[in-house]
Parts: sequence; C-alpha cells; structure tokens
Amino acid sequence: MNVLEMIEKEQKRSDIPGFKTGDTVKVYVRIIEGEKRRIQAFEGIVIRKRKGNSRSSFTVRKVSYGIGVERTFPLHSPVIDRIELVSRGQVCRSRLYYLRALRGKKARIKEKASARLSS
Amino acid sequence: MSKGIIGKKLGMTQVFADDGSAVGVTAIEVEPSVVLQVKTREKEGYAAIQLGYGRTKQKNMTKPLQGHCNKANKGFFRFRREFAIGEGTYEPGQEISADLFKAGEYIDVVGISKGKGFQGVVKRHGFGGGRATHGSMFHRAPGSIGASADPSRVFKGMKMGGQMGNARKTVQNLLVWQVRSDRNLILLKGPVPGCKNGFVLLKKAKKING
Repeated sequence: MNVLEMIEKEQKRSDIPGFKTGDTVKVYVRIIEGEKRRIQAFEGIVIRKRKGNSRSSFTVRKVSYGIGVERTFPLHSPVIDRIELVSRGQVCRSRLYYLRALRGKKARIKEKASARLSS
Repeated sequence: MSKGIIGKKLGMTQVFADDGSAVGVTAIEVEPSVVLQVKTREKEGYAAIQLGYGRTKQKNMTKPLQGHCNKANKGFFRFRREFAIGEGTYEPGQEISADLFKAGEYIDVVGISKGKGFQGVVKRHGFGGGRATHGSMFHRAPGSIGASADPSRVFKGMKMGGQMGNARKTVQNLLVWQVRSDRNLILLKGPVPGCKNGFVLLKKAKKING
C-alpha cells in the first residue's frame, strides 16, 4: 500500500458516527483551560463535509443568541471526545451555505421522515 | 559526531499531535543506505563515509563504479554521497537504517528544489509589480536597477529574472516527528525541497547540535 495512505489510515478514528450534511449533531470537544480539562458540547447543523482520508473535516453551524456561529472540526481530530447524532435532515445540497443568509423559521431543515432516530 | 543518511521524499501528509493540533509532515523513505567507502584522516586527509542509495543493475554502471561498489559487496547504487563524520566506527558494507535518527531530534535536509524555469522578478524575488489597468504600462517589470553615470554599472547581486529552482537547497532544523524502522520511514515536521521521489540527504542539524 501507498505509504502516505498508510500513515493517514492510522490517524483515522473508527468511533465516528456516519452523519451527512443537513444532520444535526452534537460535538463534544475536549478543552484545556490552564490545568483543567473539560468537555464542551457544540450542537448545530452540519453544513459541509470535506472528504480526504484522515484530513477530512466538517463544519457545524448554530445560531447562538442571534449570531450565527460556525466551527470546522477535523473529522478524526483527537480534540473531539465524541459525536452524537441528534437528528437526520432532509436536504437537497451537499453544501448548505444558503443557511447563512437565512434567519429564524426559514433557516430550519426538514427532518428525514424515513430515518427518524429512535432516541 | 556528525551523522547522515540518504533518503527519498515520498510526499507530505498530516498527522495529529497529542494536543490535537494537525501537523504537516514529510515522509522520507530510507531503505538502508550502505557504506561504500570509509575515508580516514591518514589515507584521504579527512574523515568521511560514502553512502550508496538507490539500487540499480550492474549493467547500468560503468566498470570503475562497478568495482567501487563491489568493495562493499552489497549491490550497486545510483546515488553515492559523502558525509563528513568525526572518527567513527564504520566499515564498508555496513548498512545504516532509519533508526540513525530518533524522534525529537533536529536535522538538516538537502534536496534539489523543483525547477521553475526562467522566471521574472515578481515570482522569483517577490517584487510587487505595477498596476494592471488604467493605462499603466508597467506590469511585471523590475524597475530601476541602479543609478546612471555614477556608478556606471549594475551592482553584483542585483535581483533580476533568471533560472528559478532546480538548485541544491538546504532546509535547517527540521524536527524528526517519528521514526519507523520497520518500514524504513522518517517523518519530518514541515516541507522538504524537491519533488516526490526526489533524493534528499538527511544530516544532523548543524546549528542546533553545534
């Protein structure tokens, strides 16, 4: 096998759930504040997923106190404690950049009827 | 004591550090280099070892080089480079593998940079260039290259267009990120001059290690 592929494969995590753009996820991020370590959750809609072996990343958007906040995480980053899939969304795009221009009720995403989660 | 090895640049990728930050690393393959010749202060006047890298067929080498490689009796090598060492215990035929270096060490890397051909001053020296529109007739030209009657010449070293790249370049103080002796791999933090599958020399860092 290609050596570079091998190196990247070793970096990959197997505990990442399969989610798509449009899904709502809760990302638990490990944070180090001085000496203290804690875990912070970031919940929002996945507006982008970028492929690329261990270099793949995804962007989560949420609206916090009326201000849109986006965070991009490397998918296999050790900073991520775990990712929780909250709900699956029904979208017709792979990149949901149009959400940035929308506010309030228009910025909602329809939940996928076929794959409603049991939890 | 100084030390060195010959390797092949495989390309770059990304690994995660312990703190979660992503680090760009260059993978270098060092299939064991073979000591072809040991030069000593008594015989040649200076202490060095000659390493061979890149196995090739016997018929592709000239007779004198065949004889030279035969002394080590470990095959035939396309690339032979000398490394200055202090007085060390090396013997012809000895193999030097990736574990010559350890993770956390700093090394210098020598390679042949990618050739860019004849380039102007904007690309080659980072000149700003002129305005593109509004009747500007000064786009990517270098501008003035000096005064007139005094000194009546162009100073040496004036930055001008010319061949860019395809030159021997040294990058100093690269951190050895990881060494995998089972696969003869060395991962270096940061980029290394040259193209993929290009040959590079890895040496102990000159400035950090003194």
